[in-house]
Amino acid sequence: MNFWTDPIEVSRQWLVGLFTGWGLAADLANILAILLGIILLVVFAMVLDVFLVWIERKVVARFQDRLGPNRIGPFGIFQPFADVIKLIIKEDITPATADKFVFNLAPILSLASVVILWAVLPLASTVYGVDLNVAVLYLVAAGALGTLSIIMAGWASDNKYALVGAYRMVAAMISFEIPMVVALLIPTILAGTLSMKGISQAQNDVWFFVVSPLGAILFLVAAIAELGRSPFDLNEGESEIVAGFHIEYTGMKFGLFYAGELLHAFTFGAFLGVLFFGGWNGPLPFGDKYALIGIFNVIAKGMFFYWVIMWVKYTVPRIRIDHMLAFNWKFLTPAAFALLMVTAVLHRLLLGAETWVYVVFMLAMNLVFGWTVVEILRALARKQRESAEGKPWPAAAQN
Amino acid sequence: MTPQQIIFLLTAFVAVFSAVNVVSTRNMVHAALWLIATLFGAAVLFALLEASFIAVVQVVVYIGAIAIMFIFAVMLTRRDIREGGPQHNPGWWSAAVISVLVFASLVVVLSNWSGFNTVSAPPVPEDSLVLLGKALVSPDAFVLPFEVASVLLLSALVGAVYVAIGNKK
Repeated sequence: MNFWTDPIEVSRQWLVGLFTGWGLAADLANILAILLGIILLVVFAMVLDVFLVWIERKVVARFQDRLGPNRIGPFGIFQPFADVIKLIIKEDITPATADKFVFNLAPILSLASVVILWAVLPLASTVYGVDLNVAVLYLVAAGALGTLSIIMAGWASDNKYALVGAYRMVAAMISFEIPMVVALLIPTILAGTLSMKGISQAQNDVWFFVVSPLGAILFLVAAIAELGRSPFDLNEGESEIVAGFHIEYTGMKFGLFYAGELLHAFTFGAFLGVLFFGGWNGPLPFGDKYALIGIFNVIAKGMFFYWVIMWVKYTVPRIRIDHMLAFNWKFLTPAAFALLMVTAVLHRLLLGAETWVYVVFMLAMNLVFGWTVVEILRALARKQRESAEGKPWPAAAQN
Repeated sequence: MTPQQIIFLLTAFVAVFSAVNVVSTRNMVHAALWLIATLFGAAVLFALLEASFIAVVQVVVYIGAIAIMFIFAVMLTRRDIREGGPQHNPGWWSAAVISVLVFASLVVVLSNWSGFNTVSAPPVPEDSLVLLGKALVSPDAFVLPFEVASVLLLSALVGAVYVAIGNKK
């Protein structure tokens, strides 16, 4: 064991040695070292969050054919610090009729529900908060706290726009939780474990994206809805409910919601990387052996999928809430359950087969499944069009 | 006191305090939020017992689904969120007597039990989650109750869909 393969354990032992050398009891030294580790992880996440603001603004500018922040520092990289100072010195307004305690608790809970996700995110084979044997479910539980924070914010603001925004957002979140849980079950079945570390290790040879590309896409769609980002960003709508559930929040309280949203998007990108794209395995080799390469791989994948989420957000317009719920309940949920069943059965049948046979069959199954779904959708669309426009639409097309 | 005992006492205090607030606050949404705090305390207790699966499921099911449902129901059905009526019904003293008696007898029974010092808790197996999963689908364990519960939930789902569709045709 050396620093390059297991930096956390080496640092912990060094710290415990240092603290006991100062005359602290061994137990206390251990607790202190673990506390320092937790603080380091959270600080890392929060500092990353500050730069995510810059990335978000820079990328959206490029998508909209602008330059974005470019005045403070090279490429405007210090812009987020100006943003933070602005947010901190702004007047902090609490509406007179608001429920003060709940109103102030909601933004904290919102950011906390994202930060606690980092506890189970395996950054490398030896660098992780905790290797929970129920980490996949923990992801869902943290999402439940996020839902709670939104409904608290919407209700405590005592504002109709806020309440409508919160209702919409919560309706979307609890609906899209179902396909998300089903999508999470796919890597669970493939790896045979609920632990994030185990799922990453199971992808040493083949990424789960190769075995189940549809599962990855399903997770991405459900994650975007869970994040409340466009095209599912019903929580806000400038022309109808303005800023939605955080309409009454000012200054740093709004900042916490905003920071939580950005960090949430990045964290889900990283989880998509861990669950389907090998975690610390690849694109750089030896990610499972050397911790720093592993961390680089996970963060790089997280950034890439964060960019994909932004790409979707700034390209696709917002969809109506009834369309969104119909899309979830009539398409995504049945498709997810069917995919889960087919994946489980085929995985069981191919148990013990050669790796390449397994991969080829799984991939073929995904292609056939995707093609079937598209065909069913096409037949449905044709039927709807015929009932709306009358039977002979091919003849009309000739004119 | 070991760290575990400190965490247990803190959690138990928070859970009981929130539970008292659930029934004593006049604001119905606050009652639902205090209930969430109680349920979260129960989840922490499960985690202390190393029942990680049950702890997480407690949060997912009770906080993520049931408590959110409570809040929705309260917000959508009431014009005034505050509860104006009396907080006690005429039989409150009998309930108080029964609770005190049950608590006293529990204290007496548990303080006379020698198991605290002699029986050490069996170690939690490393793969407790795997054992739980296998027990749920194994014929000589819990497959029948598991399936019965599944059928019950399925029938509830079908019933909900039937009610929602109504008599359109």
